[in-house]
Amino acid sequence: MSRKYKQFFGFMALRLAGLIVLFVLFYIIYDIVSKGLSSINWEFISQPPRRGMTEGGIYPAIVGTFYVTVITALVSVPLGMFGAIYLNEYAKKGRLSRLIRMAIRNLAGVPSIVFGLFGVALFVQWFNFGPSLISAGFTLGLMTLPVTITASEEALKTVPDAYRKGSLALGATRWETIKTNVLPLAIPGMMTGSILGLARAAGETAPILFTGAAFFIPHLPDSPFSQFMALPYHLYILATQHHNISVVRPIAYATALVLIVLVLLINLTAIILRIKYRKKFENK
Amino acid sequence: MNNKTKVKVENLNCFYDDFQALKDINMEIKSKEITALIGPSGCGKSTFLRCLNRMNDLIEGARIEGIVCIDDYDIYQNGTDVVSLRKKVGMVFQQPNPFPKSIYDNIAYGPRIHGIKDRSRLNEIVEKSLKNSALWEEVKDRLDTSALDLSGGQQQRLCIARALAVEPDILLMDEPASALDPVATSRIEDLMKDLAENYTIVIVTHNMQQAARISDRTGFFLMGELIEFDRTETIFEKPAQQKTEDYITGRFG
Repeated sequence: MSRKYKQFFGFMALRLAGLIVLFVLFYIIYDIVSKGLSSINWEFISQPPRRGMTEGGIYPAIVGTFYVTVITALVSVPLGMFGAIYLNEYAKKGRLSRLIRMAIRNLAGVPSIVFGLFGVALFVQWFNFGPSLISAGFTLGLMTLPVTITASEEALKTVPDAYRKGSLALGATRWETIKTNVLPLAIPGMMTGSILGLARAAGETAPILFTGAAFFIPHLPDSPFSQFMALPYHLYILATQHHNISVVRPIAYATALVLIVLVLLINLTAIILRIKYRKKFENK
Repeated sequence: MNNKTKVKVENLNCFYDDFQALKDINMEIKSKEITALIGPSGCGKSTFLRCLNRMNDLIEGARIEGIVCIDDYDIYQNGTDVVSLRKKVGMVFQQPNPFPKSIYDNIAYGPRIHGIKDRSRLNEIVEKSLKNSALWEEVKDRLDTSALDLSGGQQQRLCIARALAVEPDILLMDEPASALDPVATSRIEDLMKDLAENYTIVIVTHNMQQAARISDRTGFFLMGELIEFDRTETIFEKPAQQKTEDYITGRFG
C-alpha cells in the first residue's frame, strides 16, 4: 500500500511541476491583457508617442523592434547554421571542436548586459557604427548565436547517418551529400530553433540599451545606422524612468501586450513551419 | 569459370586507434564471381568490406596499411579519387537505407550527382536499374511515391538498384538480407546470382547456408585474420583448417 501512495505522491509532484509552467504563462498573459487591453487601439499601434509619452502610440518602437530583429536574424541564422554544419558534419572530434563547443556553452551563459557592453566596444566604437540598428542587431545576433548553433546541430543530428553513408557510397562528395541529402531534412528544424532564439532576442533590453535603442525618436529609422525605438526599451522607460509613472502605467501594460503578441507571433511562425515540413516529409 | 582477378589485396592491416581489426590479409577476388565473407561478429569481415571502397575513411581513428588493387590500381595510393572509386565499387548496407525521396529520385540520385541531367537518359537508367534489381514490375506505376512506403525487401532491392544506377563494376553487400524475412531473403539471393553475370559481388553474411547457396568462393575470418579462403565447396565440404571446420559445423561462433 505504501508503495502505491509513494507512486501517487510522486506523480502528483511531477504533475504539479508541469502545471506550474502553465499557470505562470497564463497568469502573465492574463495580467498583461487585463491591464493593457483597454489602451490598445488603432492610434496606439500606428502613431508615435506624444506629450511626453502620456498620449499617442508606440509605432516607432514596433517598427524598430521589427528592424532590429531582422538584422539579428541575418547575423545569427546563417552564422549558426554554418557553424553547426561545420561542427556536426566536418569537424573531427578533437581539441578544436571541444573548444568550440565549450565556447558555445559559455557564450550562452554570458549575461545579456555584458553582451550590451561588448556591443558598445566592438560595433559602436571599434567598427564606428555608432549607436544604431546595425550595432544593436549585430549584438543581439551574437547573443543568439549559441541558440541557433545548438538548435541547428540538434536538427542535423536527427538526420540518420544511413542517409549520409548511402550517399557517400554512391560517390557523392561530402558537400553534395550535405546539400542534397542532409540539409533538406535538417533545415525545418534549424529554422524552428533559430526562430525561437529570435523571439527571445526581440524581447531583450540590455543588449540594445547602449548599442542603439533611443529614448524617444518621433520618426522611423531611415538607415541601418540610425538609432531606433524598441518595444522592450520603451517598456523599461515607461515602467521605471518616466516622470509620471502612474499615468503611463496602462500604456506600459499595453506596450507589454504588443511585445508579447509579437513574440508569440514569431513563435507561431516557427510552429507552423515545423508542422508544414513534417507533413511534407511524411507524404513524400 | 572466368578467372580474371578483379581485386587483389596484399598484406592489408586495419587499425581503429590502437585496436588491430585486420591482420595481414591477402586475398584475390575474381571478376564476376560471388565472394562470401563469413565469420563470427567482430571478426573483421565488415571492416574488410569497407576497405574495398574506402568507407573506412569516414571512421575516425581508422588507419589502413597494405595494398588493395582494383583492376591493378592501388586504391590507397596518394591522389586516388575516392568519388570515382565509390562510383566503381557500389555498396549495399545491412539496413535498407532508401533516402526520404520518391522511388525515382532514389535511383536517379547517383546518376544526377555524377552529372546526368537529361530526363530521358535518367528515365532509361531508372527503368534499367529497377529491372536489374527485379523491382520494376512492382513499382513501375508509382515511381513518384515515397521510397519509405516500400516493404523492407523492396527497400533493399531499391538500394541495390540505386547502387546499380551508377554502373559499378563491383558490388559490396554488408549482410544485405539479415534484416529481411525469408521470402525477401530468397528474392535477394536469386537477384545476386543474376547480378553475378555482370558484376563482381562481395557479400558479408552471418548466414552460412546463404554463403553456401550463392557464393563461388568463401573466406572465413576470425579475430581479424583470414583463416581460410577457397572455393565455397571446399570450405564447406573439406576445409583445410580445423578452425574453419569448427565454425561451419557450429562448434563455436
